[in-house]
Order: sequence, then structure tokens, then C-alpha cells
Amino acid sequence: MSYVALTPEDRELMLASVGVDSMEDLFAGIPAELRQQAQLDLPAPLSEPELLRHLEELAGQNRSARELTCFLGGGIYDHFIPSLVLDVTARPEFKTAYTPYQPEVSQGLLQAIYEYQTMICELTGMEVANASAYDGATATAEAALMAIAHTRRQRVVVSEGLHPAARSCLQTHVWSVEVEISRVGLEGETGQTDLAALEKALGRAGRPDLGNGSHGERAVGRPFLADDAACVIVQHPNFLGVMEDVEAICALAKQAGALVVVNADPISLGLLKPPGDYGADIAVGEGQPLGLPMSFGGPLLGYIACTEGLLRRLPGRIVGATTDGLGRRGYCLTLQAREQHIRREKATSNICTNEALCALAAGAYLALMGPQGLRQVAALCACKAHYAHAELCKLEGCEPAVSGPFFREFAVKLTKDPEEVCRALLDRGILAGLPLGRHYPQLADALLVAVTEKRTKADIDALVEGVRSCL
Amino acid sequence: MEIPAGLKYTITHEWARQEGELVRVGVTDHAQNELGDIVYLELPEVGRWLAKDEPFGVIESVKAAADLYMPVGGGIVEVNAAAAEDLDTISASPYEKGWLIAIKPTNPSELDGLMDAAAYEQYLAEA
Amino acid sequence: MPRTVFELSAPGKRGVRLPTSDVGEQPLGELLPADALRRDPPALPEVTEPELARHYAALAAKSFGVDSGTYPLGSCTMKYNPKVNERVAALPGFTDLHPYQPEETVQGALRLMRDLEQMLCEIGGMDAASLQPPAGASGESTCLRIIRAYHDSRDDGARRKVLVPDSAHGTNPASVARCGYEPVTIPSNKRGRVDLKALRGLLDETVAAIMLTNPNTLGLFEDGILEIAAAMHEAGALLYCDGANLNAILGKAKPGHMGFDAMHFNLHKTFGTPHGGGGPGAGPIAVKEKLAPFLPIPRVVERDGRLRLETDFPESIGRVHGFCGNFLVAVRAYAYIRSLGAEGLKEVSETAVLNANYLMAALSAFLDLPYEGPCMHECVLSAESLREKHGIRALDIAKRLIDFRIHPPTMYFPLIVKEALMIEPTETESKLSLDEFLAAMLVILDEAQQEPETLRQAPHTTPVGRLDEVKAAREPDLRWKG
Repeated sequence: MSYVALTPEDRELMLASVGVDSMEDLFAGIPAELRQQAQLDLPAPLSEPELLRHLEELAGQNRSARELTCFLGGGIYDHFIPSLVLDVTARPEFKTAYTPYQPEVSQGLLQAIYEYQTMICELTGMEVANASAYDGATATAEAALMAIAHTRRQRVVVSEGLHPAARSCLQTHVWSVEVEISRVGLEGETGQTDLAALEKALGRAGRPDLGNGSHGERAVGRPFLADDAACVIVQHPNFLGVMEDVEAICALAKQAGALVVVNADPISLGLLKPPGDYGADIAVGEGQPLGLPMSFGGPLLGYIACTEGLLRRLPGRIVGATTDGLGRRGYCLTLQAREQHIRREKATSNICTNEALCALAAGAYLALMGPQGLRQVAALCACKAHYAHAELCKLEGCEPAVSGPFFREFAVKLTKDPEEVCRALLDRGILAGLPLGRHYPQLADALLVAVTEKRTKADIDALVEGVRSCL
Repeated sequence: MEIPAGLKYTITHEWARQEGELVRVGVTDHAQNELGDIVYLELPEVGRWLAKDEPFGVIESVKAAADLYMPVGGGIVEVNAAAAEDLDTISASPYEKGWLIAIKPTNPSELDGLMDAAAYEQYLAEA
Repeated sequence: MPRTVFELSAPGKRGVRLPTSDVGEQPLGELLPADALRRDPPALPEVTEPELARHYAALAAKSFGVDSGTYPLGSCTMKYNPKVNERVAALPGFTDLHPYQPEETVQGALRLMRDLEQMLCEIGGMDAASLQPPAGASGESTCLRIIRAYHDSRDDGARRKVLVPDSAHGTNPASVARCGYEPVTIPSNKRGRVDLKALRGLLDETVAAIMLTNPNTLGLFEDGILEIAAAMHEAGALLYCDGANLNAILGKAKPGHMGFDAMHFNLHKTFGTPHGGGGPGAGPIAVKEKLAPFLPIPRVVERDGRLRLETDFPESIGRVHGFCGNFLVAVRAYAYIRSLGAEGLKEVSETAVLNANYLMAALSAFLDLPYEGPCMHECVLSAESLREKHGIRALDIAKRLIDFRIHPPTMYFPLIVKEALMIEPTETESKLSLDEFLAAMLVILDEAQQEPETLRQAPHTTPVGRLDEVKAAREPDLRWKG
């Protein structure tokens, strides 16, 4: 297949007007030895019908959530996507556009992003939001860097309730800039962040907690700097699905002069008190539930929102409203002096391409849902999750792993190895959940189950029945 | 390009003027001209102590952002809140009304190491 | 005045209907702690689906993509985005996969990832790859971290500097700083290439690496690359290739053979995945064998005929994304490479380079050519003489092009060229559209002399004219407040 639009005659004419005899003359500047070794050993090209067949075959080798009933969560959820959202993001004027650096010709895209920014602010109760980050995990890392830049402190305190991948990304991001990460564990009983440990982590000076040495924990060898914490990072609801005591966490942080970064699931914000209401300084999260398919983990949508005072620390693009020479209202990228293309090495971040089309999807989703719709999605998730939890815990050999309140995801302890249970359930066409032992050694007997508004009573009953027959 | 005699200049385009015990600091006419319309200014809190060449703030325009560097080390005793309120002052009067901070220098002789007007003019010509 | 979606809102309107609960409707106060609940619902708009459909149609009409017209945005490679790639990326067997699914249920996805990694290695002349970085800038910083980990592993941690040409894209020094390194600028010589003498002068045992784009941001091939690589390696430093300009050299030269130790690719540039108005893109990386141990985890590995996501790589730098990177973008790039094959990719580069030279040859009669050609896939011209003679700037030319329904080229980059216009037509422009672009430019350049005000007030045909960006920055209005 070729998308090149020149005919042989065109080529001749153009080569002549450039003043060369052949195409090769245009590449004469490349050393001969490089040109000689440059042949590409790739499979023969496929025509469109062949390509379709090949990709359908590859896709067919996967068993998706269309075929399997999905109770997997852990940051990515099988939520309903309204049809108009798919229609909006398919529009080529949006999809095939570049970053709107020329505002006059991109008013539509810029307005859509402005609307998205507004909706994220409404959802999170924060004052300003950016136009997107790569995903929730990297957004969390960016928030930590914002806090460090703002407070000029070199330590961040992180709850183990924060998504393991977010913690790993954070580790990777700060490793190279000499920041210390203090980890605070979860209470075994409730599954919530251990407040006493948090207070201690905020108050103490000196030695870091190096953790269990698993991947990403590479703080060794770095000199340890100022001991005050720049921020506390918690997830609410946390990775175990448990709702944190965010008011208490904020109070402790404020006492220590540390900023509060909350990683909040956006669907939960349809029902739960938003971070802005309980004193968070930065709200981040994974926006995939807002109209994006699970996509095997990407592309996703990181959202970042903060208080007015932190505005200039925000990484990435921001759209602002202004007027033109005739007083007409218009939109443009603004505060670009923070960004890499101007500030270069002093930029707030190196981010250039972000997830604009995904932000567009989220904006369309939130507009379609409206406050009542979003609330209804959240309520359905909560009801169904609690039903599933209740039914599962009636089974012998299954009980709650933690006692803390949950929203749409929960952890249950099984007398059989959760990995085995999942394998058995897979044979019944069910993705039962995430065995927690992979990320939390102390919960090796626990399974994390997520229930969205898409799961029917029949789905849940089948899950329960499947688990019952294993135990 | 205005380059008043009697002032000292840094390679990062700040000017410094001895005023009794204090050293008053701002950005040069060249700097404000390069930046274009100033959109934002970040100045330090009064009372902070910074070394020579340490950044004390940020000045931003639509197309550029630059750190502001201490021409001499010392304590920040005055900060021009009025300029921060009305950013056009800096472009209109970079050496007078548009001053940015006043420093109580720890080592006043650091001022001697800076460029004088003629040297700064030469520096701009070579750039 | 264009309405925001909030202005369409009225209480009681709904865009979506959801089923009622089939497990009973317990009061939320019983399920969740009362003090954890919102007092008020979020002030999201309440609109119907038909209204929203029109709203977005109106916004789309005020946007401009590659499908809308010629988009010669230098350094961005705005080539046509094949629709078959959209079709395959929408297959439920790809879209509806959860990243935590058991590996036996996602063998197709893993196979695609593994094959794409291998094809990218082949194209780049590298040994191992990772699809995890979700954008080019992320690919850059990931490679820099890998380089740092490599030096650290050899007790060579005193290397703190990374050399970056003065023509580099802004993400380069930003990424350098992000990784705790100090960027050191290397000047370009009169030919627009890295000054080899200056480079040798900067090389010592504190230099960790050099970041180069080849061809560089002036659209010129760094023909001294083999000498540069030799010098860098001799000094114990590594070379990183910013692969943004790969569209010029597919099947014509491989960065791995030039001496680069690591590189990133921009799938949304070279491999035709849509830019999406600013993403999602993807910035996979590829490295030489000696850097492979440091690649991000998880990595796709094959064991006993089965593909797995393996995390047991003790020297890995860790994660740079929540999961495996932008998988659906990788699907599109995979489809693109499978559909073009070796000959197709070579044709891409040859045509891209021919198209750019064709424009450069024609435009150099009217605009300044800061560096002698031939160029590669993009050319940089300067409006400096126009500015001196008629007070017309690159900005004015760019804005006037909009009235001809052509997207402006990149302006004011690279920084080393005054009044720069960077033009990258890509290979998917026809001679017809190229000639139309030239015709428009001729009209504009004529207007520059005859009626410069027309340019200064441009664009004239858009919903808004030039916007007050100073006001936007001084009085930030970043959300609708009603």
C-alpha cells in the first residue's frame, strides 16, 4: 500500500526543477557506507484486505471483555462508553490535527479542551486543570515534582495505597533528580493508610524507608537531602478499593507544611466529596473510565488539577480564553512560557504531545452524562459492588480482606490461592479479579474485584457461583 | 537601547545600582525588549538570603521565560509589589519605576566584578 | 458568539439513559460513609445528545486536520493517517483488553507488540526495544535515564553533562534537566551542522552523552555523524538519537549504524498514527544490546512458544507508564509498517525528501535560505530580508496562509534562524497540492510588498483574528465560570 501521491511524470518534473538527475542524488549527503547497509528486512507489504484479515486474526487471538465477563480493576475499568463519544473522537478535524499552535484555525479543538478543563475542575473541586497528562500514573509523578518545585523540599511521602504502577513511575521520575520517597504502609485491619505511620513519616528527619527492594525502588546511593516533606500522596479510593480518611490525612499534611496530592478515580467523584472540598492542593487521576476503552492499558488520560497558587507549576498544555482585535472571544494555548518549547531546560516538564483526543473523549462523556448521569453510574457501581461483596462473603472460604468502606472495588480473602481461583473462573469465561499477592505480599491470599455499571446481576451471580465451586 | 552610565550590569541582563547600603536591581532595557509584553513576574519574599548568581525570581512574557539572577549575594529587603501589579511598568521604565528588588549585600565588593555601561554595551554588540 | 457546552445546559436534560439497578437500590448512605459523599453534584452541563452532536460538529468545523488541507508543519511530519489503521485499532479484540488480563488471553496483543518492537529495531538498526513511553518526550527522558543507569553501573557516575545542539527541539534540554543532567549547548557551524571542533573541545570524562537529531532540525543530514560517534565513544560517552526526523531516512540509513546507542521513534510522526490534536502519540525506544538490561519493565519476552510480560530485569530503570504504553497507537503503527513494507517505507523517505526539495528550490527565490541545500524531508527558510525591507514577519506570512486554507508551517524554530519558517510537506502531498502551496506563497509574498497590511491583519477568513495572547497570560481564564 502506498499513500504517496506522485506519478512518475511528477517525479521527473520535480527532480528537474530541483536540479538533480535522480532520487539518489538527493541522498548523496549520507555517507555511502550507511546507505549501503540500509536495506530493511521487513515482511512483504499487505494490501488493505490482507491487512484487515491479518489484524483481525491477531485480534482474534485475544479474549476481550466482549467475550469474558470482566471484574478486573486496578485503575482501568470496563465502563460503558456512550456512542456519541466514539463519534466525536472519530472526526478527522480533531483526530488528524496537530497541537493547536495556530489558534485562529483551531478554535473548535481549543474550545473543546477548555470545556474539558472546566469539567475536570468541577469534578475535582479544584481551581485549574491542564489539558491532560499521559496517564494517572505519570500525572501522579508530575504532581510530586510540582510539589517539590513549589515547596523547595526534597522528600515526598507516599501511601502504599497508591497504585503500584504510579509508585513505580514516581520512583523512576524522581530517581534522577535526587528526591527521597518515604513510604507509609496500610493498616492491616482497615486497608486504609496508617495515620500514625503517616504522622511519623511527616515528622521525622533522616533515614529513608527503602521498602522491600522490588522493582523501581532504586533510591540507594543518593545523598539524602532536606527532611521536610514536600507533599503527601494518597489515592482515594485506594488500590485496595478502600476509601481513605482524607480529612485526617490533609490535616496531618497541613501541620507539617506539606502539600496534599490526591489520586482520585473520576467516576467516584460523581458521588464522593471532591479533593478541593477537603483541602487537597493537587488532584490527579486516571481518566480512562471517562469514555475511553480499556485499550490494553493505553492510550489513557492523566488529569491534573490544582489550586490557583500552583497554576504556574502545572506541566503540559493549558488552554485559556481571551479576545481578538475585534473583541471576539477566542481560545488559545497559554502560559506556554512554562513549557519545553520556550523554557527548554527550565520547563515545568518535558511534556509536548499529551493525550488531547482522550481529553476530548472525556469532555464528551462528562457532557453526555451530566451530573445526574455520572452520579447514576457511580451509584450503580457502588450498589453492584456491594451486592457482589455481600454475596461473595456469604461463601465459606471467602471473607473481606480489609474492613474499610469501599466504592466499586474490594478485596476478599480466599482459602484457595487467588491465582488458581482466577484460572478456574477463566475456564467459565470470567475474569474474576486481580490477585493482590502480585503487588502486596501481605495480601497473597486476597483477590481484588471491581464491579462497574456494566455488570448485571446474572454476571455477578455467575462470578459468585464460580468462586463457590472452587472453594 | 538605553544603557545608563553609573549602573552595573550582569551577563544575564540584570542591572544593579548602589543606593547607600542597598543595591537595587532590575532588568535592562535590552532584556525587556527581547521579552516583549511581560505577562508574569515572580519575586522572592522579603527576608530571603540568596548568593550571587542564584536565581531570585522569574520573568515571563508570552514567548519567553527567564530566571532572574542575583548580581550580588545578600538579603532581600525590598520587593517591588507595584511593578508586579502593573507589569507594563517594567517595559516602560526598566531602570526607575520598574526596579524589582533591593538587596542588602553580604559582600558589597561583588558589585565591582560586574560590567559597567561601556562593557555591557560591548557585550550586547558581540552577542 | 460561539456557545460553550455550559451555555447549552438546562436542568433536567439528559444525554444518556442508563439501566436501573438489578441488584436493588440501597440508599447510598448505607453503602458509603455519609461524610464521604458530595454535598452538591458537580456542575457538569445538562444537555441532550442531539444538542451535543451539533455542538461537536460545530467545533469540528472550526478545527483543521491533515484531512482538511495541506499541513506543512516542520518537525511534526503531518502525513496522511490511513483509515484502515483506525479500523483495526477499533477491533474489540484490541480495545476491550484489560492490561491485567492473564497472558494466555492476550497472546495476539503481545505478538503485535513483540513484532512491532522487532520491526522498529530493524528500521533503526538497533537490538532491543520498548513500546512503553507514551510520547516522544517520554522516550527521550527514558533513554537518558537508561544512559545514566548504564554509566552508574560502570561506576562512571561522574558523567553529568549531556551535549545538545543549539538547534535542538525544546523537549531535548527539558528532558536532560528532567533526568538530573546538565545540558551543554554545542554550536552549529556555518553549514548548519554540529561544529565538530567545538564538540571535541567540550568532550571530557564528565560528558555522559550527546542528543542528536539526524537529519537535524534544519532538515540537514549530519554528515559528520561517523566522526562524531567515534569521538563520543572514545571519550566514553554515548549517543542518543531523537528520531523525530526519521521520515527522511527510512531504508536509506539506520541510526544504529551511525553510531547511536539509543533512540526514540515518534509513531505519530513517522508511522502515520494520528496526532489527535495533541496526542495520544507514542514514543517507543530502541537501544543497542549493552543498554538492553536497563529498558523499562515489563518487557515482552517469549518462553516456550508463549509470550509474557516479564518484570524480572533487576537493572531496569523501572516504569515510565502505568501499563505498556499507548497500545492502540502501536496497533496503528504496526498496521502501517505491515502495509508499506520495506519498499513502501523507502518510497516514503524518497518522496518526502523530493517534496521538501521541490518547495525549497521554488521558495528560495523569494525567501532567505540560511543554509545551502539540498535539504532532507524539511527545509528551513527565513523571512528576515522581508522583515528588513517591508516589515513583514514570518508570523504574518503564516497567518495569511490560513486564508488559503493551508495550515501554516512551523514558525520561529529552530531558534538559531531568525524569522524561521520550517516547511515539511511529507510524502503524502501531491504535486498539485504542492503547487497550490507555492501559488499561495507567491501571492502572499507579492502582498508583502504591495499591501503588507493584508498580511499584518491576517487571517481574515477565520472565526477569530489574532488573539491577545498577552491578555491570556496576564489574566488567565482557564475554565468557564458562567
